[in-house]
Amino acid sequence: MLPARFELHRPTSIAEALALVADHADDATFYAGGTELLVALKARVLRYGHVVDIKRIQALHGIALQKDGTLVIGALATHHQIATHPLVQKRLPAYAALSADVANIRVRVAGTLGGNLCFAEPHADPPALLCALEARVVMANAEGERTLPMREFILGEFTTARLDGELLVRIEVPPLPAGAKAAYRAFGHLERPAVGVAARCDAGGGWQFWIGAIAGQPAMLECSPQEVEAAAAGLQAHDDMHGSAEYKRHLVAVLARRTAKACLA
Amino acid sequence: MSDIPVIDIALVLNGKPEAATIEPRELLIDVLRSRFGLTGTKRSCDVEVCGACTVLLDGLPVSSCTTLAADADGREVLTIEGLASNGELDRVQRAFVEHGAMQCGFCTPGMVMAVKALLALDPHPSEESIRRFLSGNICRCTGYVKIFEAVKALAK
Repeated sequence: MLPARFELHRPTSIAEALALVADHADDATFYAGGTELLVALKARVLRYGHVVDIKRIQALHGIALQKDGTLVIGALATHHQIATHPLVQKRLPAYAALSADVANIRVRVAGTLGGNLCFAEPHADPPALLCALEARVVMANAEGERTLPMREFILGEFTTARLDGELLVRIEVPPLPAGAKAAYRAFGHLERPAVGVAARCDAGGGWQFWIGAIAGQPAMLECSPQEVEAAAAGLQAHDDMHGSAEYKRHLVAVLARRTAKACLA
Repeated sequence: MSDIPVIDIALVLNGKPEAATIEPRELLIDVLRSRFGLTGTKRSCDVEVCGACTVLLDGLPVSSCTTLAADADGREVLTIEGLASNGELDRVQRAFVEHGAMQCGFCTPGMVMAVKALLALDPHPSEESIRRFLSGNICRCTGYVKIFEAVKALAK
């Protein structure tokens, strides 16, 4: 099915893209990989008169390492680029592995991390692990840039802290402290995860489990792997096409055990 | 009927420079099938799940049903029609024929393009890699065993 008619803009700078969206306000949207947006436009769930393609903006591309070990991922990095990038494979193997398992190869080739986070479809893989890794998102508007912890970015289903007209420009992932480990495991019968669990184990033996896809935003359990099953009973969860709330809480316990095992391996 | 400007795109299609004037909302699959007459690319699920519409964009697989034709501007597109050369089938096509890796054939063009991409990324994929990579291409006849055997023969 065809989307409704729109005008396509292809700016080459962030300033130009921000100005275009500001000019057309509610009738404009940023457009990156399109793996979520085009499906919604085709189904006419969303409708915009102006689509601002940001893929020609070089500043939004690329994956680089800062001197302090922080991995900087451009908002337009695709899941495939992240999965196959030597820096990510070496510094954040758990994140490279997650990216290699997102949806199918065609979605990984076209879909961007920035788009994935901004769309905030709850059944997505990246948010839980990015929360566990204490990642930060950097957004820009005409006034300048601001940085927000990933843990504060997703507010609910399809809802983020990104303001109207603001553009997510990059994701910063600090290095894990010495001795800390992270892992991610997900399960679903469809291409999207029914539940995904990211574990983080610090050198002192402290554990955090970030539960993705179970509700509108990632939820955190701070407890030992042995305590997860009991703690999962208190998690907010929805019945949906991916399974019942009870089934998802069961998955949390199973996946938490697997992530803990991976951290300790 | 509309004051929305059309755009001109230039692409390399199956090795040949081509151009088209399109509406911004037009999808790559429709431009391939209707403008260029390349009907080997099939539309099935229309939501990037089944893989029937797979084409290669700069060598990587995309769902042409959910790719704007505008995004092919300045890039190389390879469809199933671009595989054979001088009347000779491509080695992936030959393997599918030799192994009988098709039943109704509707998923075959997308399946073949996905295998082209797989072998370009990893010339000797493991059985596990083949299964994982092709999990995004659905055969509703469920003829997966023959397809898997064809790809396994190519992966050697």
